[in-house]
Amino acid sequence: MTTMTGAKALVKILEEEGVKVVFGYPGGAILPVYSELQKSKIKHILTRTEQGATHAANGYARATGTVGVCISTSGPGATNLVTGIATAYMDSIPLVAISGQVATGMVGTDAFQEVDITGITQPITKHNFLVTNPDDIPRIVKEAFHIARTGRPGPVLIDLPKNVAEAACHGKFISEVNLPGYKPTYKGNSKQIKEAIKLLKDSKRPLLYIGGGVSASGARELGELAHKLQIPVVNTLMGKGAFPADDPLALGMLGLHGVPAANYAVSKCDVLFGIGVRFDDRVTITLEKFAPNAKIIHLDIDPAEIGKNVRRVNVPIVGDVATVLDAMLEQVAPMEHKAWLGEVEDFKKANVTAYPAESEYDLVSRQVVEKLSELTGGKIILTTDVGQHQMTAAQFYHANRLGGFISSGGLGTMGYGLPAALGAQVACPDDTVVCITGDGSLQMSVNELATIKGQNLPVKVILFNNNCLALVRQLQHHFCNDEFFGVDFDGNPDFCMLAKAYGFEAYRITKQEEIESTLKEALANGKPTLIECLTNKADMVYPIVLGGKGLDEMLIQADDK
Amino acid sequence: MMQHTLSVLVQNHAGVLSRVSGLFSRRGYNIESLAVGVTENEKISRMTIVVEGDNYVVEQVSKQLYKLVEVLKVSDITDEKYVGREMVLVTVSVEPSQRGEIIAITEIFKGRIVDLSRKTMMLELTGNEEKINAFVDALTTFGIKEMVRTGKIALVRGDIGE
Repeated sequence: MTTMTGAKALVKILEEEGVKVVFGYPGGAILPVYSELQKSKIKHILTRTEQGATHAANGYARATGTVGVCISTSGPGATNLVTGIATAYMDSIPLVAISGQVATGMVGTDAFQEVDITGITQPITKHNFLVTNPDDIPRIVKEAFHIARTGRPGPVLIDLPKNVAEAACHGKFISEVNLPGYKPTYKGNSKQIKEAIKLLKDSKRPLLYIGGGVSASGARELGELAHKLQIPVVNTLMGKGAFPADDPLALGMLGLHGVPAANYAVSKCDVLFGIGVRFDDRVTITLEKFAPNAKIIHLDIDPAEIGKNVRRVNVPIVGDVATVLDAMLEQVAPMEHKAWLGEVEDFKKANVTAYPAESEYDLVSRQVVEKLSELTGGKIILTTDVGQHQMTAAQFYHANRLGGFISSGGLGTMGYGLPAALGAQVACPDDTVVCITGDGSLQMSVNELATIKGQNLPVKVILFNNNCLALVRQLQHHFCNDEFFGVDFDGNPDFCMLAKAYGFEAYRITKQEEIESTLKEALANGKPTLIECLTNKADMVYPIVLGGKGLDEMLIQADDK
Repeated sequence: MMQHTLSVLVQNHAGVLSRVSGLFSRRGYNIESLAVGVTENEKISRMTIVVEGDNYVVEQVSKQLYKLVEVLKVSDITDEKYVGREMVLVTVSVEPSQRGEIIAITEIFKGRIVDLSRKTMMLELTGNEEKINAFVDALTTFGIKEMVRTGKIALVRGDIGE
């Protein structure tokens, strides 16, 4: 057998794992890996920051359902991965991040571009490795992919010192990993499954509450269950797209900025079946008032999530969503909940939330999102950044496609949307990919416009520009007596000119009547395009559930305060 | 708040102690003591962790520990029959005339004298927490110059019925 270097072994396993694209940014310590990448058929996309590479890998992973891969050099390259890794960790997105490291003999000496990235990323990775022996590379890389994609998915980091990458690797290539301490539970406990079915059978007002776990596994099974049992469905931000928004049983997003129908249903239901969710604080708001009348069934693959936030779980089920729901479907007879579904229809009437107050520009973000939803049928891949526009997108874009709504949920990372759109468009070159963003978020990753142009990707960017951090401004409205501070952007660029400088097509719209024609033109032009929509900074996102309130006590519009 | 004793088997890898201790500080759990050493299998270490908290906290601790890839087994042995031991080394200020008294105390507790100087004695004692506390209390009147205690190590007793 000819010997190969550690770097070559690494790239060989990436190929074995089916990796087609990596997003990265080179530097001294990672050079040996780049030399091997050059010889490989794996495509390398050079982003403009390492953070962009992590978010692109994240978007790629979510659009394809496979593991995303990003690469950086040591030191500042590695620290730039941190926000992206944390973003993936909070949303349980499978990622393998590979960082270069100074040579093992230099580790611990504060060498040039040395940083303890395994130490830094310990709390934000599912697992991480510092490779010290080149023979370990085949095993470690295999394990990294296995850990990232199985169980509750998540990011795994491999820190690879330069001399280890250069050294000869005599390690065996294994086909099966052997991790005695890592055995995720897929099959649910059959007794618990029976208990859950019994609760659902005795229920008059059952509700399915679905999250990222359904997006990751079991969307088809969830759909079958909802229909067979005639149970309405509310989703978290991460569960958006896992159940078609146009389905009559779909009530939309629950929680802080949830849709009225969804929040009312949670407060009224008598059995709440949480599936692939973690009862996050943005969903429950006030634990004592959350689903106060409901018995709770909680299904999740991560045992640590069960009983963590909501402690009064009546039936806990640890297992994979698809596997457990399949088992339930086999055992359960069809049900009907006509009276309850009638009540739910009434809740939907409250969905006619108010448009924000008169805007000087005659344009509010909701109109644009609704039009986009209508024109695309909710079948495109939509990414968002973080802010008001994100909540507007979550409320008014009716996602009808699994993996079709890509947003930073748990960490709420501004600057996520554009590179995530890049990754999604690389993954699905023939699909329409749109990024909805704001002027704050866009400027955190604006450099990735260049990557998108460089790859000739027809990503559409819809920018809601109000020259303001409007969601923070809204928080100051609710909690700081309208004392607005540190939220106005003076000196914002001319975004259309900026986009053109990057080689994008650019439109600016200020009026309602321009929305449809501009969207249609942009969606059809086949080119990277920015649509800047000028909106009013005083616009607010409603509904909102203020602290201490129950979901059914949400503020539906400004003047019922 | 109740003290729980967890016995945790982990793979004997570099960094595993930091993963475990990092998890405790990150999630705000109170660690009373943590002792770690290799087991009969050199690839596996046993950590004995004493943690303060109610059942909810201890359940969360166990589940979070299980999520660490290198953690093999977590047992809450608090309510089981187990042998738990701590050790103390203590240096006491002693005038030559007081030596006899110190020796007597040490014998009562079945400790050992491990060092002697003109004005000090170093004593060693192994036992459960209560016994060690009593020993230290008995020595306090002489003036404790320096002291070091280990965390608890513990093993579950064998089943006589087997």
